[in-house]
Amino acid sequence: MLKKIFADGYRYRWLLEQLVGRDLKVKYKRSYLGYLWSLLNPLMMMAIVSIVFSEVFRYDIQYFPVYLLCGQIIFSFFSEATTMAMNSILQNAGLLKKVAVPKYILPLSKLCSSGVNLLWSLAAIAIMFCIQHVPWHATMLLFPIPLLLLFLLSYGVGLMMAVLATQFRDMAYLYGVLMQALMYMTPIFYPVEALPPEALAIIRFNPLFHLVTYFRKVVLYGRIPDVREHIVCIAFAVGFYVMGRTIFQAHQKNFVLYI
Amino acid sequence: MDIIEVKDVSMRFNLANERIESLKEYVVRLLTGNLMFQEFYALNQVSFSVQSGTSVGILGTNGSGKSTLLKVISGIYEPSAGEIQVHGTIAPLIELGAGFDPDLTARENVFLNGAVMGFEREFVRSKYAEIVAFSELGNFMDVPIKNFSSGMSARLGFAIATLVHPDILIVDEVLGVGDSAFQQKCEQKMQELRSCGTTMLFVSHSIEQVRAVCSHAIWLRRGRVEMEGDVDDVCDAYQKWCETHSAFE
Repeated sequence: MLKKIFADGYRYRWLLEQLVGRDLKVKYKRSYLGYLWSLLNPLMMMAIVSIVFSEVFRYDIQYFPVYLLCGQIIFSFFSEATTMAMNSILQNAGLLKKVAVPKYILPLSKLCSSGVNLLWSLAAIAIMFCIQHVPWHATMLLFPIPLLLLFLLSYGVGLMMAVLATQFRDMAYLYGVLMQALMYMTPIFYPVEALPPEALAIIRFNPLFHLVTYFRKVVLYGRIPDVREHIVCIAFAVGFYVMGRTIFQAHQKNFVLYI
Repeated sequence: MDIIEVKDVSMRFNLANERIESLKEYVVRLLTGNLMFQEFYALNQVSFSVQSGTSVGILGTNGSGKSTLLKVISGIYEPSAGEIQVHGTIAPLIELGAGFDPDLTARENVFLNGAVMGFEREFVRSKYAEIVAFSELGNFMDVPIKNFSSGMSARLGFAIATLVHPDILIVDEVLGVGDSAFQQKCEQKMQELRSCGTTMLFVSHSIEQVRAVCSHAIWLRRGRVEMEGDVDDVCDAYQKWCETHSAFE
């Protein structure tokens, strides 16, 4: 399956590269700091949220800013990538109506541009590790695993949302609200232990909860998640990807009729 | 040899469906059973074939299905029924510079558009000077496209689209925006491609141009092939019909 993605990506790699390059160039055009914003943004957000939650609400979490940043970059990637993928078909209506290009390349390119942002955010985490004197663990080297699964999950959701948004413009508005709900259902700024058992029962259906936990375990706590956690994360990622891809393939020929 | 074969192709649009863009409307229509309503055939059982190396003009009034036909042949639309076989590469000049990003400079857009057209990176790089020379935009390559006039972006789009020698060139009234010198240049380029054996599908409302460029013609009327054959015969018949009819009667 991963092989299939890479094969698709390889075939149209130059188009993909050009589309991602366009996103990045346009995004920071005419700003003085340019790409540096991808690094500064998560750090500034983190600063604000950690002041609010460590000073005002007083959660007792060790290395709170790093804890926060880990959750935040995963959630931001998911939210940004899926939202952009959702709108990618509508945005490129002119292109799709005039040239025969493979349609999945548009959501995929959005995923990749968000991916570039994510890499900058990782640099932000590294900076915070140094500032806070967080111990470095060997398990950190496993960080690509949760991120790859996150990519797969977001791609699947993005494909599904692209189909929905193309048919119903309401989705764009609804999705913003859904993202807000999902944010509170993800342990970004609160400790998992603070949750009542009823809330935990619901949150277990949130794939981001598992991915954030996985990511923090290997990066921050130096532990390797057990087999069950692996299975849950992989099942969510692969499941959503397969679902998204199937739905997208079934509906893509109708896109030109709706945009 | 037939390079394009179109067999019983129909393209159906659902006019009612086109307007459903909100969830509420969808549910209402689903409940009232109004979902498949007001069907419109832009193409209705169209069949023809094009021989390799010929130039075929497509005539018809506004809304007769010309552009839909070209889009179906170039693979943008999937026909609702029927079959299309195309043997060879297609360069669609349906809209010049499709996919240009207004915020990027002309130089960046050359590469973006090249990628969209399915060219290789090295190829576009090696032809870059040629594109600039043909479009005569040498002084403006670092200007964002949003500051270009429509004629200027058409020049750039044409230069990129005709980089390769395609087997089939599809031209849909794209040359209207350029000035006369550039139009002449484009016609020269198309002539050059044709003499290299490129097959051409040509849509234009200028019957004079069709007569000058094409050897065959197809006349579409309300999505059906009304007449097909030698360019002069079809043009004569079409002109005669036009004198007494209008497009949407």
